[in-house]
Amino acid sequence: MPLLELEGVEARYGPIKALHGVTLTVAEGEIVALLGANGAGKTTTLRTVSGTVRHDGRIVFDGRAIGRRSPDRIARLGVAHVPEGRGLFSELTVWENLRMGAYVRGERRVLKRETLRIFEYFPWMERRRDQQAGTLSGGEQQMVALARALVSRPRLLMLDEPSLGLAPTVVQELFRIVKALNANDGLTVLVVEQNANVALGAAARAFVLEVGRVVIEGASDELRRHESVRKSYLGY
Amino acid sequence: MLLADFSWADFGQQVTSGLASGAIFASVALALVLIYRATDIVNFAQGEMATFTTFIAWSLMHHGLSYWPAFVLTLGIAFAGGVGVERVLIRPVERRPELVIVIVTIGLLIALNGLTGWIWGPEVKAFDSPFPNRTIDVAGVAVSIQDIGTFCVCLATVLLVWLFFRFTTVGLAMRAVAVNPDASRLMGVRVGWMLALGWGLAAVLGAVAGMMAAPTVFLDPDMMLVILIYAFAAAVLGGIDSPVGAVVGGLILGVVVNLLGRYVGFVGQQLRLPSALALLLLVLLIRPQGLFGHVRVRRV
Repeated sequence: MPLLELEGVEARYGPIKALHGVTLTVAEGEIVALLGANGAGKTTTLRTVSGTVRHDGRIVFDGRAIGRRSPDRIARLGVAHVPEGRGLFSELTVWENLRMGAYVRGERRVLKRETLRIFEYFPWMERRRDQQAGTLSGGEQQMVALARALVSRPRLLMLDEPSLGLAPTVVQELFRIVKALNANDGLTVLVVEQNANVALGAAARAFVLEVGRVVIEGASDELRRHESVRKSYLGY
Repeated sequence: MLLADFSWADFGQQVTSGLASGAIFASVALALVLIYRATDIVNFAQGEMATFTTFIAWSLMHHGLSYWPAFVLTLGIAFAGGVGVERVLIRPVERRPELVIVIVTIGLLIALNGLTGWIWGPEVKAFDSPFPNRTIDVAGVAVSIQDIGTFCVCLATVLLVWLFFRFTTVGLAMRAVAVNPDASRLMGVRVGWMLALGWGLAAVLGAVAGMMAAPTVFLDPDMMLVILIYAFAAAVLGGIDSPVGAVVGGLILGVVVNLLGRYVGFVGQQLRLPSALALLLLVLLIRPQGLFGHVRVRRV
């Protein structure tokens, strides 16, 4: 049984339909990429899962239908969503942001153990824990957003375009950490990317969205060889 | 004309009593800032909420409770009342334009004012002070014990609120909600309840201010009107989004108003409020974001 299952999920913003029935699955311990052009519905798909956009269709997480639940309840089930634009608390410190990550699990109880684990992946963060998050560079902010999500020990981590606006080396570092977490802890990841190259490098499987529906799906290697994926998203 | 009868002892006395009233302004100003930061609206009913709870304290004491038990019980009632107001009145309109919410708070002001008069009658009542009506000598300055007590109680409340926000998980979550409610939801925070808690805390601050002010201004349905205006001024002076600014602004305003009334002949009792507001206007012309406020940068 997959950890996350979407079946015929539809969503609209006012009169504009953004998703025309998305069906996809993410298995436990897997990294799955969601590719597609601007406006294909990638972000909306993640938002239906975290409950931040109204939708029809079936969404099952860990055997439970979560389609009608509020975002905070879905977060408490173990879904961590790093949204577009990172959603940091810019006026709070790095440490306070991490504390908020632990909020779902009863902050005090888990904070110390989880942050120790996280700081192994982001050693600089411990030294700069008292810095205001809004004053960090874009790459550092993305790292804090990722670390904050990890502190909650999510069953499913959803990343929305983590590479957006970052230098290539930072993007590589970010995906290296995501892969390491997946290998070491069996972290399940659903990542939305426009940078198909780097996403396919990390993911085992991928789904390609076009105008609100899945048009191609398969293992990453297969997709790399797929002609229209190559032309449209990999650029060769 | 000025300073004809200046003495340091008198000056010290004016400053300390200014600090006492300033601490009351600071408490109400902080209550306004708490709600403003969380919801971007100014709660015009803050003063009437404080008055209403102070009347409750009066009733409790009237029915035989001694001062401090009545004080604590009143704070509990104020907290529950603040939470209730948010849940019942503000929540249904929270997604409406800010002006709608402001109108609701003005409606609440009028309703509470009327309700207070209806329940307790319009006549002015005396309200006990927990502090003796004596002065003590501090370095040649005769300081009223009531002023010291008022100052300490208000500032202790403010300090407790600060500790709560700084060190508790719920306090942190409330700050997170003020900064970014959408992201807070994704962290598993029940945003609506955090807003309600904010209203509860603001009501507690108001209740403390009301009970501290009542012995000097006397208890009547309009007693917080002028205090609320001073508190607005203090909050704006400090920077409407800054809790520290609200407290410092309140203290500064309390002292300045007192000194103006005492030493600037033509100000006297009548022109205190207008002259304080004129001063405020001057500060804002030089520093529009207030003393501690942030300039809002809007990225397009």
